[in-house]
Amino acid sequence: MKITLEKRAMASNFMTYASPIIAIGLTVVIGGIIFLLAGYNPLNALYYYFVDPVMSLWSIEEVVVKATPLVLIGAGLAICFSANIWNIGAEGQLTMGALAGAFIPVMFTDWQSPIGLVLMLLMGVGGGAAWAAIAAFLKNRFNVNEILTSLMLVYVAQYILDWFVRGPWRDPKGFNFPKSVDFEGWQLLPTYGDGRMHIGAIIAVIVVVILAIMMSRSMKGFEIKAIGNSRRAGAFAGFSYKSMTWFCFLLSGALAGLAGIIEVAGPAGHLQPTISPGYGFTAIIVAFLGRLNPIGVLMAGVLLAISYLGGDGAQMELGVSAKTAQVFQGMLLFLILACDTLIRYKIKFSVSQKSTEGALV
Amino acid sequence: MIGIEAVILTIITASTPLLLAAIGELVVERSGVLNLGVEGMMVMGAVCGFIATYYSGSLILGVVAAILAGVLMSLLFGLLTQTFVTNQMATGLALTILCLGLSGLVGEPFTGLPGAKLPALYIPYLTDIPYIGKIIFGQDALVYLSLILVFFVQYVLFRTRVGLIIRAVGDSHVSAHALGYNVVRVRYLCIMFGGACAGLAGGYLSLAYTPQWIENMTSGRGWIALALVVFATWMPRRILFGAYLFGTVWIMGLYVQGIGLGIPSQLLSALPYIVTIIALVIISRNKQLTKLNTPACLGQQFVPDR
Repeated sequence: MKITLEKRAMASNFMTYASPIIAIGLTVVIGGIIFLLAGYNPLNALYYYFVDPVMSLWSIEEVVVKATPLVLIGAGLAICFSANIWNIGAEGQLTMGALAGAFIPVMFTDWQSPIGLVLMLLMGVGGGAAWAAIAAFLKNRFNVNEILTSLMLVYVAQYILDWFVRGPWRDPKGFNFPKSVDFEGWQLLPTYGDGRMHIGAIIAVIVVVILAIMMSRSMKGFEIKAIGNSRRAGAFAGFSYKSMTWFCFLLSGALAGLAGIIEVAGPAGHLQPTISPGYGFTAIIVAFLGRLNPIGVLMAGVLLAISYLGGDGAQMELGVSAKTAQVFQGMLLFLILACDTLIRYKIKFSVSQKSTEGALV
Repeated sequence: MIGIEAVILTIITASTPLLLAAIGELVVERSGVLNLGVEGMMVMGAVCGFIATYYSGSLILGVVAAILAGVLMSLLFGLLTQTFVTNQMATGLALTILCLGLSGLVGEPFTGLPGAKLPALYIPYLTDIPYIGKIIFGQDALVYLSLILVFFVQYVLFRTRVGLIIRAVGDSHVSAHALGYNVVRVRYLCIMFGGACAGLAGGYLSLAYTPQWIENMTSGRGWIALALVVFATWMPRRILFGAYLFGTVWIMGLYVQGIGLGIPSQLLSALPYIVTIIALVIISRNKQLTKLNTPACLGQQFVPDR
C-alpha cells in the first residue's frame, strides 16, 4: 500500500478543529483495545478514566484543581510554540516559582496578611520568569539551543528545591521529613466549595482571557504568529526575534512560576521535594491539544486533568496501574501531531501494482 | 582512598551509554533530522532489555530486545516526521513523553528486582596486568562495541559513498532529491540507526551500569546525548571526547559525594546538567564553528512533490 500526501491549496480550517477530536477519538479506541487485550472490560475502564471524574461534585472540584496549573503553563507554552520558540523547561520554572514564592511563608512564618499572599504570588511569577530568563539569555547572547538548556535547568531546579527542603528550609517540627513549615491562613489561597478548590482557577481563567485577547486582537499577537510562521518574514516586518525570545520565555516562565506557587499555596500547603506530577511536561500536550490557542488550552487542560484523575480512579476501582494515564497522554500528543497533517495535506491511500516502487519508506 | 583504577573503570561504564546514544543521534542529525526522542528510546531500551533478560536469562537476548525497542520507537518517530511530515521537535518531545509513560507502566512489576550484569572480558595474563590490564582488557562487550562504533561512523560518514549520501540529504534535501536519492528512505534508515543506538544505550544502563530497572533510570542522559552532538559539532571523534568528559563529571560528582567534603550532595548531582549547559555555551558562542558543521537542513520538513 502506498501513502501519498497531496498538499491542500489552503490549510483546512475544518481540520484544525476536527484534528484534536479525531485524535481524542483514536486515543479512546486504542485505549479500549489495550484494556480489552489486558483482560478488562474496555467500556468499564474507559468509564473510570473519562466519565467517572466528572460524575461527582468532589471530583469535579478536583479536576479544576488539577487543571489550574496545566492551563496556566499550557497557555504560556502555546504562545511560545506559536512563535516557534521551544521552552520545554516549564517544569523547572514551576519549581523555581514555588521556591521563590515560598520564601515569604518560610521566612516570615507569623506574618498574616493578604499583602503577604499577593507578594507570594508575585514572587512565584518572578522566580519562574527568572529561571526561564537563563535559557533566553543564553539563546540570545550565545546562540545556545533553548530546548536543551531549558530542559537541563529542570533537573537543576529540582535539585535546588531538594536542597532547600532537606536543608535550610526544613520544618524544625516536621519529624525530620523533607518538607517546609505548613503554610497557614493568609499564606494559603482562599478556598471554595468542599475545601480543595481555590482561587487559582479564577486566576487561570483571567490569564487565558487576557492571552486570548492578546493573540487575536493585538499587534503583539500578530507579531508572535508572524515570527512563528516565518522568522525571515517577521524580520522584514521589523519584528525582532531576540526580543520575541525574551518575551516568550519570560511570559511562559512567569506563568509556570505562578502555577508553581499556586500549587504550593493551594493543594500542597508546604514545600516538599516533589511538587508536581510532571505538570510542566503535560502542559506541552495541553498546548498542542488546545491548538496553541489560549481558549483551546483551557478546554485541553480540563481534559488532561480528567485523565490524571481517571488514572487514579481506575487504579482504585480496577487495579489498573495509574501510569496508564501517562501513556494515554503521550499517545494523545502523538495522535494529534499525526492528525494535524490533515490540516495541510490530503492523504491518499492507493494499492499500487508494483508495491516495491514508490512506497514512502 | 579509592584506587584510580576503580575510578577509571566506573568512568568508562558511565560514559558508554552517553557515547552510544550520541553517536546514533549524530547520524540522525547528519541526515537532517532532529530526533528529540533519544531519552524516550533509551528508557524503552532499558526496560525492554531488562525484562527480556529477566525472563530468558540471556543477556544477548536482553541486548537484542533493547535494540529492537529503540528501533521500534524510532520507527514511530519516522512514520510521523517522514511519512506524515509532522514537526520534528514536537514529535520528538511526544516520543519522549510517551516512552517515559510506557516504560513506567511496563516496568512497574520489575522495579528493583535483581538483574543480570554483562560479563567483563577476561583474557588470561593481559587482563591481569596491574593498573591498565582491567581498564584495557577487562571491559564488557558493549564498551568495545561503542568505541568501534565511533570509528565506524567516522569512516562511513566521511570515507564512503553511503556517508556522502547521508550528508547530502542532511545538507540539501532538495538537491539530493533532484539527484535521484530517496531522501525519505535515507532518513528512515538513519532514524532507525539512531533508535538502535539509543535502545542499546538504554540497555547498557539496565544490564551493565546498574543491573536493575528503576523508573526514569535514564535521568536525562538522552538529553545530554543530544547536547553532546552539538558539543561535538557533529563530528564523531569529538563525541568520544565529549562522552568521556561528561562521564567523568558524572562519576566525580558521585565520588566527591562519597568522600563528603561538605558540599551539598544536590549540587554534585546537578553538576552534569550544569556542565552540559556550560559546554553548550562554550561551543555555541562560536557561531562560525557551529554554522560550519550544522547540517543545513536539520529539523526541516521535506515532502517529495514530484
